[in-house]
Amino acid sequence: MFHGPGRGLSREVEKASDFRSTLRRLLGYLRPYAGQISIAAVLVLINTTLTVAAPGLIGRAVDLLWQFFNGEMESAVAISGLNRTMLLLLGAYAGGWVALMGSMWVMVKVGQNVLYQLRGQIFAKIQELSLGFFDQHEAGDLMSRLTNDTDVINQVLTMGLTRMFSSAMTLVGILLAMLVLNWRLALVSFSVLPIMVLSTVFFSGRARRAFRVTRKTIGGVSAELEENIAGVKVAQAFSREQANVEAFREVSAANRDANVTAESITAAFAPTLDVLATVGVAIVVGYGGYLVLNGQATVGVIVAFVQYVRRFFEPVRAISMIWAGLQSAIAGAERIFELLDTPPSIVDAPDALGLPAIEGRITFEEVCFEYKPGEPVLEDVNLVAEPGQTVALVGPTGTGKTTMVNLIGRFYDVCGGRVTVDGHDVRQVSRANLRAQMGIVLQDTFLFAGTVMENIRYGRLDASDEEVMEAAKLANAHDFIMRMPEGYEAELTEQGSNLSQGQRQLVSIARAVLARPRILILDEATSSVDTRTELLIQSALRELLHGRTSFVIAHRLSTIRDADQVIFIENGRIAERGTHEELLAMQGLYHDLYMSQFESEVEAEQVE
Amino acid sequence: MHLSDSAIAEEETGARILREPGSDRQSEGRQGPAASPRGTPLVRALRFLSGYKWETIGAFIGLVLSTAGTLVVPRLTQIVIDQGITLGAMRVIVWGAVGIVIAAVLAAAFTYLRGYLAARASQGVAYDLRNVLYAHIQTLSFGYHDRAQTGQLLTRATSDVELVRTFISTGLVQLFSALLMMLGSLVLLLSTNWQLTLLTLPVILLVLGVFGFFAGKGRPLFTIVQQKLGRLNTILQENLAGIRVVKAFAREPWERERFGESNLELRDANLRVMRMFAVVMPLIFTLANLGTLTVVWGGGYQFIAGHLTIGELVAFQSYLMMTMFPIIMLGMIIMAVAQAGAGAQRIFEILDTQIEVTDRPGAGDLPAIEGRVEFEEVTFRYFKEHDPVLNGVSLVAEPGETVALFGATGSGKSTIINLIPRFYDVSEGRVTVDGHDVRDVTLHSLRRQIGIVLQETTLFGGTIRENIAYGRPDASEEETVAAAKAAEAHDFILGFPEGYDTSVGERGVTLSGGQKQRIAIARALLIDPRILILDDSTSSVDIETELRMRQALERLRRGRTSFIIAQRISTVQHADKVVVLEGGRVVAQGTHDELIRDSAIYTEIYRSQLQDDRELLPEVVAVAGAEAGEEVS
Ligand SMILES: Nc1ncnc2c1ncn2[C@@H]1O[C@H](COP(=O)(O)OP(=O)(O)OP(=O)(O)O)[C@@H](O)[C@H]1O
Ligand SMILES: Nc1ncnc2c1ncn2[C@@H]1O[C@H](COP(=O)(O)OP(=O)(O)OP(=O)(O)O)[C@@H](O)[C@H]1O
Ligand SMILES: [Mg+2]
Repeated sequence: MFHGPGRGLSREVEKASDFRSTLRRLLGYLRPYAGQISIAAVLVLINTTLTVAAPGLIGRAVDLLWQFFNGEMESAVAISGLNRTMLLLLGAYAGGWVALMGSMWVMVKVGQNVLYQLRGQIFAKIQELSLGFFDQHEAGDLMSRLTNDTDVINQVLTMGLTRMFSSAMTLVGILLAMLVLNWRLALVSFSVLPIMVLSTVFFSGRARRAFRVTRKTIGGVSAELEENIAGVKVAQAFSREQANVEAFREVSAANRDANVTAESITAAFAPTLDVLATVGVAIVVGYGGYLVLNGQATVGVIVAFVQYVRRFFEPVRAISMIWAGLQSAIAGAERIFELLDTPPSIVDAPDALGLPAIEGRITFEEVCFEYKPGEPVLEDVNLVAEPGQTVALVGPTGTGKTTMVNLIGRFYDVCGGRVTVDGHDVRQVSRANLRAQMGIVLQDTFLFAGTVMENIRYGRLDASDEEVMEAAKLANAHDFIMRMPEGYEAELTEQGSNLSQGQRQLVSIARAVLARPRILILDEATSSVDTRTELLIQSALRELLHGRTSFVIAHRLSTIRDADQVIFIENGRIAERGTHEELLAMQGLYHDLYMSQFESEVEAEQVE
Repeated sequence: MHLSDSAIAEEETGARILREPGSDRQSEGRQGPAASPRGTPLVRALRFLSGYKWETIGAFIGLVLSTAGTLVVPRLTQIVIDQGITLGAMRVIVWGAVGIVIAAVLAAAFTYLRGYLAARASQGVAYDLRNVLYAHIQTLSFGYHDRAQTGQLLTRATSDVELVRTFISTGLVQLFSALLMMLGSLVLLLSTNWQLTLLTLPVILLVLGVFGFFAGKGRPLFTIVQQKLGRLNTILQENLAGIRVVKAFAREPWERERFGESNLELRDANLRVMRMFAVVMPLIFTLANLGTLTVVWGGGYQFIAGHLTIGELVAFQSYLMMTMFPIIMLGMIIMAVAQAGAGAQRIFEILDTQIEVTDRPGAGDLPAIEGRVEFEEVTFRYFKEHDPVLNGVSLVAEPGETVALFGATGSGKSTIINLIPRFYDVSEGRVTVDGHDVRDVTLHSLRRQIGIVLQETTLFGGTIRENIAYGRPDASEEETVAAAKAAEAHDFILGFPEGYDTSVGERGVTLSGGQKQRIAIARALLIDPRILILDDSTSSVDIETELRMRQALERLRRGRTSFIIAQRISTVQHADKVVVLEGGRVVAQGTHDELIRDSAIYTEIYRSQLQDDRELLPEVVAVAGAEAGEEVS
């Protein structure tokens, strides 16, 4: 929201090959529909033929009248000739309608399928990318790629493609007709074509650059919206509404200006083509007049020709306009492909092991870790958790406790040493398999919109209602859930914001417990829960944890006293380890920390 | 394209639109559906064009002139054929050709003008619509946001606005242009040959009928499309916000499936409406062609009967094409009309949402307060029909006092403190600050004097400094640092290579839980509030740090009224008053000592927390526990 650096996956330099490869890749999405597209093409061909035939038929009618005018034909013959031609024309129009309808019907389906596929791919990609990616990219910008950027492609794919196709065919048809009718006139009227091509190239390059800015800025708008709508309560708490509106205006204005720039380029393009087309018409009229005067052409030919020339420039204009419109699709596609091409920084090894049921022996061997290169957060961490043990991580805030547990599920990769589960390096096992056997309660509670039942069941999708309730009871959530009028069917809103913070934590504990994890990770899972409830959960968990390995992070030391090992972390290193009693006896850092919770009380009582 | 004047335009629009034009409401938030301006949503959206009068007028003039230019060309062509080619006059041919080109150039210039101005107007309207929407969303109260989904709101502020914009930029001008051209060429047709013109009239009427019918019919279908899109966006947004949970439970396949379903629904909704237009658009084109057919056929008869010259027929047909061309344009924009209708409706659905918590008319500013907060028999429900969450809560915080709220999860602590800055309105009773009912003063003046740390820490992308200064962007460096120091954040901030300029990532993802909480506390302290509210704001902070924070805050709290929620007794016991809540009722209040004496619940919790620990720690029990033990017994 504050326009920090690193918005978007920006790319500045342009290469001509980029354009071509993006276009080719975009068209590649059409390959599976080759059959349908061929059908559409045939229909377009029919439509085009009939469309091209139409002015010919009109021309024939005019010639008929001309012959009648010159007295070369009886009126009765002229009338019946006219009727016949008109009936043919009627047939042509009707046929054209059916064919056009059919082709659009088919192409609409193809276009929508391609979009469907693109959106699916983007989503799958987002799911595949590792957490490090999301630390750096704004959700709103990613959303914009999936909706706004696919939308511009949509416009070109569904309408543009058929129009481009039919225009191209019309063009060929009219071209041939013109050449047959009078090749000299034809060649003369083509003389403006090269200029048209040049101006198309000129304009489309500019348009593409301008459209790129529009895509990027709409991503910015979306990001600004997303973050600030999600954080709107804080904005109101701090009376920031006005300032936020101002900030949004700026982002929004950037998008508006980019769009005006892009549109004014296209706005200049169409009239330019129109002028060129009219110059073409004028040339035909002028040169045609000269030919008629010299007796090299009939007036009927000129009349038909003027028709053709107009009709000729129509598809030329259409193609050029679609080409210009294509630039915005390309600009959108670039952003989509850029996302699709981002390699996830964490992938399963090609020969990743599918872990059988985990025993639960976890080791950290000389682990080093950094979020940003050169800024190690963990250094030289060694740790062994035997199956069934409870390991407590304590230490001042920001020393790397959460980071450590993140490494067990391989959410990030170590920069040195290794983390193993049952002797397997986590980089050698299938992540899905590993995580499916872990139950994690994250420090930042997150629930989904949906019922309480659905939220808990997220832990194990095939769990029965009874099992869900069991888990809720264990997490001490059952009581408050039953107090709600709809019980387990109560709808939670986005992020569970209609529950109290402690209640959200209870639900997320139930969710983790339901997963029947072999490894349980509780990262300040009860920090907002009152101490009595916490005690109840602890005693319930103690039973459950029998034979399972668990990692517990907590600042309330009562939570961790019973752990098999207490690890004290300071500044990314393990400073002390042992059981609670051993550490107290050491009179070290843990001892000081532990004592500090009484210090305040002693101090307070001294004051009194 | 250089838009040197865009900066100026920005200034102007900046001050201009913050509410819907044409609405007569004066005070923010009084816009119930009754007070909102009349007209269909699309008409209301078009009213935003009033902010772009000159652009709109200019675009219209450009349109008229370019249309005129386009109409001149066939007239000239006719002259060249009739008087030049047929009569063999070379001069006429040459000058005619030159005239054609000049007319075309002029027409093109005006077409460009029209396009450019239409772009400015339509982008301007989109900009204003987005701003108005955003401003409204920013002011909608907590109750609304408890229910709303970010993805849905986002869809309306982007995609739906875009639909309206597309219509204004291409559809609206084309609609005008089409109608104008139709009218113009009809007049020309009539003057050329009225009998032939009458022949084409049924076709034109038919086209208009088809247009109106399907533009109306398409709208609800597009509404469905937009709904599905909103749903898709919601799933996506949720997945992005909760990506850690998705990954932690290895639920990617399931989420893909969930998204896939919604994606499929969107595709099908799109297909349904696109297919309809795949039939309607060619139909309109065909009707246009039928017009041509009628004329050539009828014209042929007239010519044979000797009422028409061939040049006239050709010119007539050209004009007719100009009548038919707008019909084709109508065919192309019919979808845009239907889409814009759907989009506008969804936009105004939000704009018409009444803001539940808003300044009452004539509400005055709250003067600088002493800090006395009183709850008088407050009952509160999140939903009308539900059981009350707070029940007859009465409590007083004298200026400078520290009040601790204590109670089980879900007992209503957060709910109570949410009522002080008036995030929600009480159902019964009242909340007063220095004797002013919070509903009688302006929200801004009230909230400005309250520093609150919400239970759920929300930071924003940007630097640490920007986040601390969130409530007071103009704070000086010293003030920022002082707030950070008081929140025990200064040291860890300096531990980062970039110090206060460290970027925290979206929602503060690159900070640890405790670091985020301390930034949030610094943020609240920086506004130097008279009333300070800390809702469980040290839950992720270790005990030692918390102790230091408490000492720092002790100083800061002097002279401020503070509300503190915490689960650790050690945090709340120094309060001047501890309020014990259970099931939304106050079951006990008093000082720590009084409660130890009088309140069974409090004593029980106290013992569970401290006694327990002491058992393991004989030397502490010797110092402090003994006294506490005495008090208990
Ligand atoms: N995604 C991230 N990107 C960059 N830095 C990060 C990220 N997450 C955490 N850090 C940094 O790494 C350090 C350790 O953070 P971590 O979350 O592991 O702390 P913690 O010990 O769990 O603290 P707390 O008790 O406050 O939760 C902190 O300095 C933090 O700023
Ligand atoms: N926005 C909301 N909409 C509907 N119900 C809500 C909302 N917020 C809270 N509740 C309900 O109101 C009750 C009180 O919630 P509150 O957040 O005040 O509890 P709390 O005492 O702060 O608990 P905790 O210690 O867990 O934070 C709970 O039962 C909760 O489910
Ligand atoms: Mg709470």
